[in-house]
Amino acid sequence: MARTGPKNTARRVLTWLGAIFVVLTAVLGGGVISGHASWAPKLALDLEGGTQMILAPKVEGSGDINEEQLNQAVAIIRQRVDGSGVAEAEISTQSGRNVVVSLPGTPSRETRALIQASADMNFRPVIAVGDGAAIPVESRTPEDQLPVPAAAPTNASDSNWVTADVVKAFEALDCVNPATDRQERSDPAKPLVSCEPSTGLKYILGPVEVKGQDITESSFSQVQGAQGSVTNAWGVNIVFNGDAASKFKAVTERLNQFYIAAGGEIGNDPKSQFAIVLDDQVISAPRSLAVITDGRPQITGNFTQASAKALSDQLRYGALPISFEIQSEQQISATLGGEQLRLGLLAGLIGLLLVVVYSLFQYRALGLVTIASLVVAGALTYLAIAILGWTENYRLSLAGVAGLIVAIGQTADSFIVYFERIRDELREGRGLVSAVENGWKRAKRTVLASKAVNLLAALVLYFVAVGNVRGFAFTLGLTAVADLLVVFIFTHPVLQLLARTKFFGDGHRFSGLSPDRLGAVPLYRGAGRLRTPTEKPAVVRARNTGAVAEAERRMTIAERRLAEKQGQLAGSSNGTKEEK
Amino acid sequence: MTSSFATFGNELYTGKRSYNFVAAKKIWFIIAAVAVAVSILVPAVKGGFNLGIEFRGGSEFTVSNVKTTSAALGEKAVHDVVSGAVPRVANVAGTTMRIQTDKLSEDETIRVKEGLTSAYGVTDNEVTSTFIGPTWGQDVTKQALIGLMVFVGLAAVLMALYFRTWKMSLSALVGMLVTMFTTAGVYALSDFEVTPSAIIGFLTVLSYSLYDTVVVFDKIRENTADVTTSSRRTFAEEVNLAVNQTLVRSINTMMVAVLPVAAILFIGAGLLGAGTLRDLSLALFVGILIGTAATIFIAAPLYAWLRQGEPELVKQAKKVAQRRADAASEAATV
Repeated sequence: MARTGPKNTARRVLTWLGAIFVVLTAVLGGGVISGHASWAPKLALDLEGGTQMILAPKVEGSGDINEEQLNQAVAIIRQRVDGSGVAEAEISTQSGRNVVVSLPGTPSRETRALIQASADMNFRPVIAVGDGAAIPVESRTPEDQLPVPAAAPTNASDSNWVTADVVKAFEALDCVNPATDRQERSDPAKPLVSCEPSTGLKYILGPVEVKGQDITESSFSQVQGAQGSVTNAWGVNIVFNGDAASKFKAVTERLNQFYIAAGGEIGNDPKSQFAIVLDDQVISAPRSLAVITDGRPQITGNFTQASAKALSDQLRYGALPISFEIQSEQQISATLGGEQLRLGLLAGLIGLLLVVVYSLFQYRALGLVTIASLVVAGALTYLAIAILGWTENYRLSLAGVAGLIVAIGQTADSFIVYFERIRDELREGRGLVSAVENGWKRAKRTVLASKAVNLLAALVLYFVAVGNVRGFAFTLGLTAVADLLVVFIFTHPVLQLLARTKFFGDGHRFSGLSPDRLGAVPLYRGAGRLRTPTEKPAVVRARNTGAVAEAERRMTIAERRLAEKQGQLAGSSNGTKEEK
Repeated sequence: MTSSFATFGNELYTGKRSYNFVAAKKIWFIIAAVAVAVSILVPAVKGGFNLGIEFRGGSEFTVSNVKTTSAALGEKAVHDVVSGAVPRVANVAGTTMRIQTDKLSEDETIRVKEGLTSAYGVTDNEVTSTFIGPTWGQDVTKQALIGLMVFVGLAAVLMALYFRTWKMSLSALVGMLVTMFTTAGVYALSDFEVTPSAIIGFLTVLSYSLYDTVVVFDKIRENTADVTTSSRRTFAEEVNLAVNQTLVRSINTMMVAVLPVAAILFIGAGLLGAGTLRDLSLALFVGILIGTAATIFIAAPLYAWLRQGEPELVKQAKKVAQRRADAASEAATV
C-alpha cells in the first residue's frame, strides 16, 4: 500500500504519545524505586484524615497584619511545626490574613500551645561550642568527672552555669539528626543547650541578656570599608532601643575582653560569641569584635546578599511579638474521607459507564474512540497527579476528585465537537479521509478557543482562590491540558488511521460515520449526473465561502442570474420554516 | 432511535428541520427575565440562603462507626448539655453522623462529646469535634468572588479578541449571568446548604457556561464570516442555522457532562449523605442544564439581535428580502 503523508504523520504522533507515557512512567517508577514517590497519588487532609487549624496572627500593639508580617508568621509556624516533629505538615496563608496549618493526626496539647505562642527571640552569650553530632554514650564524660560549679555564676558567660546536667544534655544533644519533640520553651533565666541548624554546631548558652523585642530596626547592607568605601561584603545592621543599647554595651564589653584575651582575629574563644536564639534555636552566633556603645551593632562575615537578608528578616520578625489565635480547628476523620472517596469514585464510575453507553449509542464504533481517548486522558492525568504529588507535594482532595469527575464531560466534548465536524464534512459529500482532515482543521480552532476559556478559569481560580477551591482549580486545569494533548496526539491521529480502514472508510453502518446514514450526497456521481440544488442545499455555505463569494463576483451577469436562480430554489426548499 | 437521531442531525444540518431559536427571542428573553427575577426574589423572601456551618460559624462533631444512624440520639446528646440549642444532625457517608451546633464553650464541647460517645455506643476517638469560625467561609467566598470578577473580565477580553467583536463577549456574558442567577435561585429553592463546595460547583458552572457558548459561537463565526457578500440568508438566519447545526453537539455534550454529575447527585446522595460531593454536584447538575440552554436560547439570539442593527447587515437583510421577492415574482410569472 502506498505510504500517504497524513498516515505517516499520524503514526509518528502516536509514537510520541507512547514516548510521553514511557517517560512519565519511568520518572514515576524511578521515584518509587528511590523511595520518594508512590504509585498512588498523595491524598489531602480531607481524604487522609488529620487536623486543620486556621490561625489568625496577632501583632501586639498594632491591629492589622501586613503581608510581610504574614509571611514572617508562616515562616515562624513552619519552623515550629517542623521542630515539633510533625511530619508533612502543610502551612499556607489564606486571604492575606490567616495562616492555615494542616497536620496529619491530632496535635498534642503541647504542639498546639507551641504553635499559638508568640515568637521568642533573644540574645544569649555562648559558653561552649561543640560539633553537632551526639557524643557516643561510651565516650561521654563519666559521672564522677562531671563539673560541679564552684560558686554561683557572676555573669551570663560564667562557666559556673555549666552544671553536670547541662553537660549531660549537651553531650546527648544531636544536631545532625535533631530530635523533633521539642515542645517546651526554655527558661530565659537558665542556660540553654541548643543547635544552630545552619552550621550544625551545638552550643551551651548562658541566660538571656537582651530580648528580641528590644530590636527597633534591622536591615542589611554592604559593609563600608575603613575609608567609607563600599566593599563586597554584606552585613546585617541592628538597632536596639535605649534600654537594650546599654545592656548590649555591657555584654559586648565583657565578650570583647574574651576576644582580645584570645588574641583577637586569630583567637577562637567561644565565650567571645553571642548567640541570636529564635524559638530556642541558634540562628547566628557572631563574635564580638568591638564594644558596641550606641546600640547599633553590625554583624558581618561570610554573608551573601540573600543570607544577610534572611538573617535581617529573622531579626525583624523575632522583634515582632506575633502570637496566633486559633480561629477554627477541624479534625477530619480518615474514615469519613475514605468513605466519601470510595463512594465518590463509585458514583464517578457509574457516571463514566453511562457516558460509555451513551457514546456507543450515539457514535457506534466511533464511541470506542471517545472511550479510548478518555482512558488515555485519564492515564495521563493520573501520572501527572502522582508525579506532582512527589515533586510539588500536590495532594488530591475531595474537591479535586470532584474536579476530575466533572472533567469527564468537558474532555469528551472535544471529541464530540470533532466528530460532529467530521459528520458535517461527510454531509457535504466528502470522502472520509478528506472529511477527517477538513473537519479537524475546523474543530481544532473551536477546541483551542473553548479550552482557552477553561484554562483561564482554572488559572484565575488557582491564583486567586484559597483552600479547597485551589485543589479543584488545579485538577480542572490539569485535565484541560491533558484533554488538549489527547485530542491532538491521540484522537486525531487515530481517526486519520481509522479513516483508511475498510470498516470506517466504506462507511459501515456501525462505524458512526456512514455517509448514507448521515444523508450525504456525493459531489459527483458518475457521468452526466450532477447534483441538483435541492439535493445539496447548503452549497454556498461550503467551507470555502470566501472563494465562492469571490467567484460569484467574477461571474458574468447571465451566470450570476442562473446561480441566483439555483440558489433561490435551494433557499426556498430548505428555508421554509425560517422564512415564515 | 439512533437512526432517527442521526436523521435529526442531518436535517438540522441542511436546514430542512430548523428551530426558531433566534426569531422567537422575545419569548426566551421574557422567560429568562422572569427566572432571574424569581431567583432574586426567592432568597429575599425566604430570608437568604441556607448557609452552611462554614459561613455561620459553630461547633461540629463527627461520629464514625455508629451502630444506628438515628438523628434523635444526636439531638438529645446536645440538648442534655445545652437545652436551647438547635443542632443539625445528618448522616454522612454510611456509618458516620455529623452534628452541628452553635458555637459551644470548651466545657460544653467536652460534655457533648462524651454524650455522643455513649449515645452512639462508639469509642472516644471515634468522635471528633471541630470549631469553625464564621469568617472562614466568608474568606473563601470573598476570594472566590474576586476570582470570578477577574475571570469574567479576562474571558470577555479573550473572547472579544478571538471573535473580533465585543458583541459576542457581551452576549456570552449575559448568558453566563442568567445561568449564574438561575442556578443560585434553584439552590435557594432546594434548601441545600451553601457550603464552600457549593461555591466551587458554582464557579465551575460559570466556566462551563462560557465554554459551551464559545463552542456554539465558533460555529456562528464560521457561518457568518462572509454573510455580507451573500444574499442567501439574513444574519439572524445564519446565526439560527449555526445554532441548529450545533444542536446535536450541544445535546450530546450536555448529556455526557451531566451523566457523571447526575450519578454523584442521585446515586451518590443516597449513599453519601451530605458532604462535599453532593453539594458540588447539585450546583453542577443545575448549572450544566441551564448553561447549555442559556447558550442556545439567550446568548445566540442576543448576539443576532445586537448585530442586526448594523448598517451593513441591514443592507444585507434588504438584499436577501429583495432576492426572495424577485424569486417569488419570477416564480409567479413562470
